[in-house]
Amino acid sequence: MSIPVRPILSALTRHKAGVFLIALQVALTLAIVANAIFVIGQRVIYISRPSGIDESNIVIVDNRWAGALMPEQARANTSADLAMLRQLPGVLDAYADYSFPAAGPWASVWGISLDANQKSPTSFSEPYFTDEHALATYGVRLLAGRNFRADEVMPGSQLEQAIVGPIIITQDLAKKLFPADTGLGKVVYVGGVSRTIIGVISDMEVPAVGTRSFAYRSVLSPVRLADAGGDQYIVRAIPGQAEHLRKTLATALYKVSRLRVIDSADGVQSFQALRNKAYSRDRGLVILLTTASIILLLATAGGIIGITVFWVDERRRQIGLRRALGAKRSDILAHILAENFFIIFMGVCVGSLLAFTVNLALMHYLEMTRLPTAYIALGSALLLTLGQCAALTPARRAARMSPMEATRAAIG
Amino acid sequence: MFTYYFDLGMRSLSRNMVITGLMILLIAVGVAGSITTYALLSAVSANPLPSKSGRLFIPQIDNRGPDSRVTNDGEPDPELTLRDAIALRANHEAIGQTAIYPVYLAAVPTDTTIEPVAAKGYAVTADFFRMFAVPFQYGGVWSKTEDDEGSNAVVIGTDLNQTLFRGANSVGRELPLEGHVYRIAGVLSPWNPTPRFYAAADVQSYDRSPQIFIPFQRALDSKIPTAGSTFCALNYQGKGWDDLVRSECSWISFWVELPDAKAEMRYRAFLSAYADEQRASGRFNWPGYTRLRDLDQWLKYMKVVPSEARISFIVALGLLLVCTVNTIGLLLARFMRRGPDIAVRRALGASRGAIYAQYLVEAGVIGLVGGLLGVLLTAWFIKGLDLVFEAKIARIVHSDASTMVLAIVLAILVAVIAAAYPVWRASRIQLAWQLKAG
Repeated sequence: MSIPVRPILSALTRHKAGVFLIALQVALTLAIVANAIFVIGQRVIYISRPSGIDESNIVIVDNRWAGALMPEQARANTSADLAMLRQLPGVLDAYADYSFPAAGPWASVWGISLDANQKSPTSFSEPYFTDEHALATYGVRLLAGRNFRADEVMPGSQLEQAIVGPIIITQDLAKKLFPADTGLGKVVYVGGVSRTIIGVISDMEVPAVGTRSFAYRSVLSPVRLADAGGDQYIVRAIPGQAEHLRKTLATALYKVSRLRVIDSADGVQSFQALRNKAYSRDRGLVILLTTASIILLLATAGGIIGITVFWVDERRRQIGLRRALGAKRSDILAHILAENFFIIFMGVCVGSLLAFTVNLALMHYLEMTRLPTAYIALGSALLLTLGQCAALTPARRAARMSPMEATRAAIG
Repeated sequence: MFTYYFDLGMRSLSRNMVITGLMILLIAVGVAGSITTYALLSAVSANPLPSKSGRLFIPQIDNRGPDSRVTNDGEPDPELTLRDAIALRANHEAIGQTAIYPVYLAAVPTDTTIEPVAAKGYAVTADFFRMFAVPFQYGGVWSKTEDDEGSNAVVIGTDLNQTLFRGANSVGRELPLEGHVYRIAGVLSPWNPTPRFYAAADVQSYDRSPQIFIPFQRALDSKIPTAGSTFCALNYQGKGWDDLVRSECSWISFWVELPDAKAEMRYRAFLSAYADEQRASGRFNWPGYTRLRDLDQWLKYMKVVPSEARISFIVALGLLLVCTVNTIGLLLARFMRRGPDIAVRRALGASRGAIYAQYLVEAGVIGLVGGLLGVLLTAWFIKGLDLVFEAKIARIVHSDASTMVLAIVLAILVAVIAAAYPVWRASRIQLAWQLKAG
């Protein structure tokens, strides 16, 4: 079946306004949808990024001491709490830190250098202050080297961290610092102080929400943290026990000492709930853009159907005439579908340019990267398919018209 | 004539139900999306203190040198070091000044049947409350002399007062905080400006309202740590509170109120003179580098509007545009199909103006119905905002009568604008041809 291109094009010139409106609408839709799909894709990757820890079994307690404690008192209370937690049925292991992966309240940033006098650091990273229980608590794998020994872990607080001693780093950071080997046994500098790498662990996200360029460059520094104000307890449950622990941990801790505050609403939460909350804006944007894109595509489809129905109606006499002169049903169908294809194709061409323009504007005003051509191709394919589907019903109705009815209707 | 056209418009709604319904739906969705995101955007970017925005200023001083500015878009830190904050307080050009840092305290009630409660708030000076027009329910702020003495006065929020004293007037009562006994000087009425412009560390916060305010000097004396962040040099080696207060780490938000442009100029001069002095004394080895932003400039600089709110507004406007273009197409089809009607009316003596009027009113009717549906959709969208944004942000967006009216007006406007071209085309049909064909 050959498609008569010239008659179609000349027919289109009779409906300049309608053609222009559909093409314009398609162009606008493509510009928005291509960019929306791009943003959605980026955020989805970001949301679904693995934290690298045993997510489903970890429960976090935000513990605050009531009344400023002296350092010795804070140490004694914290180790009493941790001793109780580690004994508790259903608990695999626990430790205290100022933050936790991917969704922590905040994070320090460390510059790691290979040389003591280096001006700008080789890599940024975010530290955890951990004791010898941290690896087992998170369930991260030790890929090389060893864990901290209990005697290497120095007592400290957020304000007085021992910025000395050996460190354990993630594989991602090791690769950045020492591309050639594992980095085990090497010395690096943090704030001018030399630290020896004694272990390399599987990748684990840094604490701060929204860290993108060095998301897996965590450093474990041996500090037995006990802050005057209180810390986060990271507790790993035996599989299946996390929910039970979430409900009972506060009571168990209050039994050790009443002089503390664990918020009854959100003092104890599962890691997954905290992570979900931390990424709620990203998830929200994904929902919003997906909804908007679907509405846009539906609106465009509706517009195409409306105009095609109108055109078919308007040309009943011509269609009848063509059928009477021997055109087959498939010819009529092909004519209308091809017409639709031309219009949408024009829209898609303009829309591609528009999509890049919108992307440039977004790059300028919001933090966005360059839109890959693939997204425009994807959007174009989507719109061309949508156009054909939208035109199909009116086109089939046109094709079904009998020559007699068509000519009579138009005259009568 | 208008009522007659309006009546005609209402009657013609039932013609071509599918296309009419589609147009109404498009207008409703486009309008509801735009109005919802507009309400969101204006809620998160509203100037929290319009009456004072030209009088409140934030001084910034670069204390870490040109190298650190590179990663900071050429700007000094938004906060000050403690030593600079104290030095600036000595200036008396300003008619009000306050130093602020966030604190997180635990209150242990003397009534042992009440569990200890945590309270977030700020260490501030007495001027804070007047400068930011903070409303009191009971009592008031501590005096300026108490500021310097580091008094144990404290101002609490209405929620904390509810928890601890069941909402009674608690002025003069004692409140044990972090092992010290404080005396309640005032209780606030509900107060939670969004964005939380006054504390640089919490400027993106849409958290519940702060519940505790303690005198700045008292907080320093008691070594109450900051609950915000400290910006230190990457190689900062300090340990503990005593090092922090002497360090070049910045962690204090600082505000001044300047009555007029002259005072502002004098304060600018004072600020640069101070920075130059620091160079002369050997503390800085770069020319003084300072900023003095007013509240509006500060909000822009701190990028308080979440980018998600902007993106959704842009997308919604795009949606409205597409819906409008779509409506133009559908109206074109609708009016052209009525060629014979128009021709008969014209032949019977109706002027082109009359045709314009009739069809614009008809479009307006479609817009009106779309607008009414749009109002329902807007209310529904606003309810659904917390699916998309954190509940904390969604909570500050409300629909009121003015947004509803705005939705209807916008819908009618969109419909009438969309109708302009189709109506013009319809009024120019070839009379004779249409009459013969019909």
